[in-house]
Amino acid sequence: MSRSEHPIVRLCGVSKTYGATHALSDVDFSCFGGEIHAVLGENGAGKSTLMKLVSGVIQPTSGSIEVDNTITRLKGPADAISRGLVCMFQELSLVPDLSVRENLMLGAVGSGLGRLDTGVVQRAQNTLAQIDGGGIGMRTRVADLTLAERQQVEIAKALTRDPKLLILDEATSALNASVVEKVFRLIREERDRGVGVLFISHRFHEIETLADRVSIFRNGTHVETFDNGAYDYGAIISKMVGQRIDDLFPAKPSTAPDAEEVLRLDGFGWANSLKDVSIVLRKGQITGLGGLDGQGQGDVLQGLFGLLKGTEGRCIVAGTPVSITHPKQAKNPKLGIALVPEDRKTEGLILDQSIARNLELAALGTDGINASDPAIYQPFLDALELKCDSLDQPVTELSGGNQQKVALTKWLALGPRCMLLADPTRGIDVKTKTQIYALLRRLADSGVAILLVSTDYEELIHLCDETHIFYQGRVARHLTGRDVTAEAIIGASLNIPSSAETSEVANA
Amino acid sequence: MRNLLRINQREVIAILVLAVLLTLYLATHPTGPNTYVITIWANQCLILGLAAIAQFFAVIVRGIDLSVGAVMALTNCVASYLVIGSGFDMTLGIVVVLGVGIACGLVNGALVVFGRIQPIVATLATASLFVGLALLLRPTPGGQIDYDLADAFTLDVFGLPTALIIAAMVIGLFWVPLRRTGLGLGLYAVGSSEHAAFQSGMPVPVIRLSSFALGGLFAGLAGLYFSFVTTTGDAGIGPNYTLNSIAAVVLGGVALRGGVGTLTGALAGAFILKTIGSLMFFSGLPPLAQPFIEGLILASAIAIGGAGVLRVKNRLEVFGK
Repeated sequence: MSRSEHPIVRLCGVSKTYGATHALSDVDFSCFGGEIHAVLGENGAGKSTLMKLVSGVIQPTSGSIEVDNTITRLKGPADAISRGLVCMFQELSLVPDLSVRENLMLGAVGSGLGRLDTGVVQRAQNTLAQIDGGGIGMRTRVADLTLAERQQVEIAKALTRDPKLLILDEATSALNASVVEKVFRLIREERDRGVGVLFISHRFHEIETLADRVSIFRNGTHVETFDNGAYDYGAIISKMVGQRIDDLFPAKPSTAPDAEEVLRLDGFGWANSLKDVSIVLRKGQITGLGGLDGQGQGDVLQGLFGLLKGTEGRCIVAGTPVSITHPKQAKNPKLGIALVPEDRKTEGLILDQSIARNLELAALGTDGINASDPAIYQPFLDALELKCDSLDQPVTELSGGNQQKVALTKWLALGPRCMLLADPTRGIDVKTKTQIYALLRRLADSGVAILLVSTDYEELIHLCDETHIFYQGRVARHLTGRDVTAEAIIGASLNIPSSAETSEVANA
Repeated sequence: MRNLLRINQREVIAILVLAVLLTLYLATHPTGPNTYVITIWANQCLILGLAAIAQFFAVIVRGIDLSVGAVMALTNCVASYLVIGSGFDMTLGIVVVLGVGIACGLVNGALVVFGRIQPIVATLATASLFVGLALLLRPTPGGQIDYDLADAFTLDVFGLPTALIIAAMVIGLFWVPLRRTGLGLGLYAVGSSEHAAFQSGMPVPVIRLSSFALGGLFAGLAGLYFSFVTTTGDAGIGPNYTLNSIAAVVLGGVALRGGVGTLTGALAGAFILKTIGSLMFFSGLPPLAQPFIEGLILASAIAIGGAGVLRVKNRLEVFGK
């Protein structure tokens, strides 16, 4: 680790306000070459604003930005990219209707509006091959890629722009552990070549393994910067939230393996994506679905919610065999199934509509529920501590964590018998995570069966009572009790039976 | 090769449909297939084809241009004054005509980009403006285009209609190279996801403005070619071409939500639409029933294009997930 002498980018007294909201106030912050600098903070702490400033998407309200020791006004992303400040955004910056190849060439350094540079495609392919993305077809439309594949392409695209400072905003949120490890190796290589890396992640273990230095932000201010390892988890979390959170996860009650069955899937299958999946959901239990991305976990949720045509196998809800063919049928109190989808921005919420309108969406047209009665939502909003000015505020103005609270409440108000959740804490800050975990546990205690798809294996270990690991559309392993360990999950995800080999693979 | 077919599926279907229709047309034409019949057909198709290309440039960046016909009318009227006389005069005249087209496109683009007015509203307003100007120039149809020049562009070269050669040149010498530039890519990026285009460092306003300017240029070319075919100026030609240009791009597989489709597709769509009209003319159908049948064919063609929805196995994909 050889840190550069001068900072690549330095912020001096930078503030950014949106109307009355102070996104950042009087921030001094530097990042150097040859160093991986993690930025930590809750959602709304100002991390994303910081990234947007450095990558030229927005301009500061006051204060100055220095690039290579000269005060610079970054006119836009193109300007920032030409100065070597390259950002990989949390909100994916790929064009859905263009192919992977075209997306890689879009805005490539030096091509502008003129002749396209096809050289970057080859370089990006080499990068992709190193992060398990070698199978991504260059002529595939980005819209047809999975979320994880899109993130891999984003990473490759960012690296082809010869960054001096690489900004990664939740760059690995949809990737599974083994790919993340490969991405990290790549990032370390960049650092060793003298590139500076700004890294935002909500996964603590990622920051612990990757970062050289850590900066903490809270409520738009820069709290502290220190070398990685200077503080333990607890101390860091308390700096982030300003108060101490002892435990991320709520305590697990002792399991009742023979609790009443709420839902049973027998030999569930769909097209080529799911084969012979059998899962039992019991009252009061949180059941996890894990595995590499796109192994069929998500399809199980969609199938149960009536989104898939032509499913096979039997589905038994509360002792009665049913065939669920439409979400309207699934959400009917007779079945009482709710799905909180993976992508809250496009599937979970209507961003331009108010919070109140969004909350009503699931309840509308459901028998026996008065959707316009705010009282049915309030208990959940209180439990989750939704932060908003009023319920008439458009959802788009909320932070990611608060958006997810709206998406959850919308379904909780129906009093479902069975909650299906697709990665509900992806890209969400620690405090909101603990709130969501606590709520899920309380729901389970009150008798709801919960089925949770997660890319974060800590959730599978600490939150779930039992876990099914998927591999190529089948359940590769069913883990319960003490068997649920990081090694077992990674091993099963890669479909490796013996535990001796798994640790090697995980480290490879 | 199969992959190439799959990616350009919409265009391939459009061209196959066109081939069938053309065969049908030539087979049913009272005088049978001959160069004269094909040349007349090609000329009519190319006028709408150029208008459809103008529309394509608006639609591809998630816009729509209701002034395509109006720009055609205006440039047609300008041409009826200027495209006559000595070789130099005519060359200058053509340059001015196309300049007027580009200027109209830039006005539309500026209203959309800097005025932040929705394309449908902006072009609705400018359409009246441009037709108004055209009417000031030519209150009644009249004027003249140099006959020799008009003949050169509207007859045939060794039996091959000049119009088809022009269409091929637009694709080969303009579209294919454009598609390999950052601008060509940018058009799709802006139409598909403006946000992603901006974050990728693309100059979004410049691209949108260029797209409208290109649209203006092609509306001007359509007006000019219309002048070659009719050899007079007429301010009243607009409305029909505007609506048909929209129908043509849709038929040619260009998505009205932007970001999907090609110039070739738009051109093929225009040829299909015009061929259907010509077929009807000689079909013996009562003239009053023809608009109805034409509409029916249009609607079913678009429905077939959307039939993929029936094969969808995940209901979310219906919403273009």
